[in-house]
Amino acid sequence: MRRLVTDTLIIAERNLIRLPRAPELLIAFTVQPIMFVLLFRYVFGGAIKTPGFSYADFLIPGIIVQNIAFGGFVTALGLNEDLHKGLIDRFRSLPMARPAVLAGRTLADVVTNGLSAAILIATGLLIGFHFHTSFLHAVAGFGLLLLFGYAFSWVFAFVGMLTSTPEAANSVAFIAVFPLTFISSAFVPVASMPEVLRGFAEVNPFTITVNAMRSLWLGAPAHNNVWGAVVWAFVIIAVFAPVAVARYRRATGR
Amino acid sequence: MTVEHTIEVNGLVKRFGEVRALEGVDLLARQGEVLGLLGPNGAGKTTLVRVLATLLKADAGSARVVGLDVQRDAAKLRERIGLAGQYAAVDENLTGLENLTMVGRLYGMNRRSAKARGRELLERFELLDAANRPTKTYSGGMRRRLDLAAALVAQPPVLFLDEPTTGLDPRSRLSLWEVIEGLVSEGTTVLLTTQYLDEADRLASEIAVIDQGRVIAGGTPDELKDRVGGERLEIRLDDAAHAEVAARALASMADEPPSVVGEVVRVGVHRRSGAIVAAVRRLDEAGVGVEDIALRRPTLDDVFLALTGHAAEADTDETKQENKDE
Repeated sequence: MRRLVTDTLIIAERNLIRLPRAPELLIAFTVQPIMFVLLFRYVFGGAIKTPGFSYADFLIPGIIVQNIAFGGFVTALGLNEDLHKGLIDRFRSLPMARPAVLAGRTLADVVTNGLSAAILIATGLLIGFHFHTSFLHAVAGFGLLLLFGYAFSWVFAFVGMLTSTPEAANSVAFIAVFPLTFISSAFVPVASMPEVLRGFAEVNPFTITVNAMRSLWLGAPAHNNVWGAVVWAFVIIAVFAPVAVARYRRATGR
Repeated sequence: MTVEHTIEVNGLVKRFGEVRALEGVDLLARQGEVLGLLGPNGAGKTTLVRVLATLLKADAGSARVVGLDVQRDAAKLRERIGLAGQYAAVDENLTGLENLTMVGRLYGMNRRSAKARGRELLERFELLDAANRPTKTYSGGMRRRLDLAAALVAQPPVLFLDEPTTGLDPRSRLSLWEVIEGLVSEGTTVLLTTQYLDEADRLASEIAVIDQGRVIAGGTPDELKDRVGGERLEIRLDDAAHAEVAARALASMADEPPSVVGEVVRVGVHRRSGAIVAAVRRLDEAGVGVEDIALRRPTLDDVFLALTGHAAEADTDETKQENKDE
């Protein structure tokens, strides 16, 4: 167990020290989400009715959750690259804890996710977003965000171990996650959707998490959304972490 | 229990769907020797290394390395082996020193001693100047040396080298060979796969020739060469039209008739000394002009050709199969 913790930290450190040396990734983390915030706020914002909130207030929790869910993308790409360059072979030949390579990756994602969420919050504050709740609520919301992102990193870890090329990892992850984030309450109220989509949107973990964020940051009625979101995150981890690690145990390079 | 052989492989079988990568491989290697695994691409060499390095489970058979079962004692075995391969598995975005430090820590060293060990290896492999540069700026030869250094961090008694010099320029190959020879002289046991016969000839004390998942021959390089026959004279005539005359003139020198390919005549000889003079005299009497004449020992190329019926050349379709399937 101690070995698992130290090995995980070693791998997380490895993934973080290489980050500033691959600036294209940092740009993907920062510039792209800012661009989306501006597009939604100023292009669509005027046409979308969000009863009870200004669109800036409505949008920021939604777009941050979407962005955080995609934060694990680097994990899928990075693992795939490691697999093909033979690094996974090297790791698997070392006397290290078996889940550490994946756990270190996903842990590193938490740091980068925190960074990009902070950038998005700052952008939000500039375009008219306000916290309507206490400081503690805002911090709790940030914590929930990181937990949700961490859960999705395990989904991406699985995708990265499953697919044969980085391109495939990219498109599988995109096709699986992108619609999920849009058929949710992230950008528009679900009440405006056709019935079938609305039914899906209402049970979608994204909707539940976005609603939880709105209650923690904007003071919207919580219902069971906060607990629901936490449960969803743990369910996703409980499903995807074991299958991803199982994949890793049998992984073959190249 | 005493360990007689450092590497002991018995009847190892591994299939990937329809592809039979290993079909009952037996191998033995003593401590401090280089066992060369020679064979074309797709012969099963990489699969065998992957099984021995605990990366892959065999379907049948058993294998022990330093007395540890590769399957049952895998976790313990990983502390005693080093693996370096043709793909130079280093993190391109980390510096050389960061790579080695990371590997050392994953072997269980603390940060300080992992770093010290990393420096020591970088110095030994003449990479100290590049210690703080990301490895993506390294040349192919430098990466390969770093990869080998990473395999040596924990000073493992057994080293698996999977085609360590494939794709390297001659100078880098030579320097890597010297490093490997140094390790062996210190007592490291090495299992080396290669498709280069000169590499096996230079490094290996014992060779197993592997083709289509089976060991088809084994022995020292000299034993294998003897199996193909003794030394041969290779004579290049100035005119291919005289080849038949030349062959007839030389026939009494050997038990088997000389072989003729274009203007080149080859003939086996019983005794090395005097063979060239005797041949030149006979050809001169027969009125045949000679452009070049040389005494040649059989190479492992000849061995391979004689054993498998095909040259030791790449067979890429099979390789792809072996690498893709799991």
